Amino acid sequence: MNIGKQLKEGLLTQNPVLVQLLGMCSTLAITTTVSNGLGMGLSVTIILTLSNIFISLLRKIIPEQVRIACYIVVIAGFVTMVDLLLQAFFPDIAESLGVFIPLIVVNCIILARAESFASKSKPLAAAVDGLCQGLGYTLVLLVMSAIRELLGSGSLAGTRVFPVEYAANMLAMPVGGFLTLGCLIALMQWAQRKVKGGK
Amino acid sequence: MEWTTLFDIALGAILINNFILVQFLGICPFMGVSRKMDTAVGMGFAVIFVMGLASALCYPVNLLLRALDLGYMQTVAFILVIAALVQFVEMFLRKSMPTLYEALGVYLPLITTNCAVLGVVLLNVQNNYNFIESVVYGITGGAGFLLAIVLFSSIRERLEFADPPRAFRGFPIALVTAGLMALCFMGFSGLRIPW
Repeated sequence: MNIGKQLKEGLLTQNPVLVQLLGMCSTLAITTTVSNGLGMGLSVTIILTLSNIFISLLRKIIPEQVRIACYIVVIAGFVTMVDLLLQAFFPDIAESLGVFIPLIVVNCIILARAESFASKSKPLAAAVDGLCQGLGYTLVLLVMSAIRELLGSGSLAGTRVFPVEYAANMLAMPVGGFLTLGCLIALMQWAQRKVKGGK
Repeated sequence: MEWTTLFDIALGAILINNFILVQFLGICPFMGVSRKMDTAVGMGFAVIFVMGLASALCYPVNLLLRALDLGYMQTVAFILVIAALVQFVEMFLRKSMPTLYEALGVYLPLITTNCAVLGVVLLNVQNNYNFIESVVYGITGGAGFLLAIVLFSSIRERLEFADPPRAFRGFPIALVTAGLMALCFMGFSGLRIPW
């Protein structure tokens, strides 16, 4: 097991959003402010790590034919826990993320990691994988929400940087989500080609 | 039951709060199966069907959960209902309508993890819709999905011949296109029925 390699894969070379193109819905929808992005990113990281551990522990018990249904139940259990915890301790974030917290159940990143990694590896490796992939997702959310909050409403993590009149309101709207993510993925493809060309 | 309320819900679900372009629900199949027009149409109709049925089925389930004071089991219960529903629809179609089953093919099981389906059920609960309103919201939400994916796939078919910068080729340019479509749909946001 190689933690450094897995971390590098999660954050950059196999980034769940920018390279594997998973989990688009939440990435586009909730990245309007940095606090939303951080809250969502950490929630997904926690759920992904826990569900990876659990599914890896159960990998010899779960029958092949109904595995997807089993994964979904495990994931839904953890999502419910995180949902209730957020409502109890961070009501503001729970309020602004709204329906996207329960929707983590159908976030393709978690199901994809369960299917392609956790069901084939030992619990410790699965935990590290969940953590690294989750951090990669959080990183993308933070970058995107920072861009959209700064340019779209003129503030960063709630503190005002420039007056709201100068902000490009469009970026805080749905359009901004699509455009920002498109540019980020294009940047990633460009960087990947540069790295390959250098070798 | 006011017809105007239902019309309001339908208009909202199809145009003003389009599931894909405004609420960002169901982006994965939107991006995944929009390369060809005919598959996009098949996926759209499958989604309408499942979203309508899921809205109808989850309404009594939600009432039951409330009666038993188990509201916190919502997410788990709904996703199980949806997974079972998709499985049953698949079995039913294979037996009785094999042509439609062939046409939908692999997209049917994929609908389980379509966030638009779980999303519409959760929104029904959140908006306190009654049974008929829930079903109308489900079906018209699916119709909004169909509209968006058909428009998008027809743009994408032409995009194949375009020549974007190398870094933008493939997925990024599709996202930018979807962004421009979202910009167009923002035009509907001021729409209001006069009565």
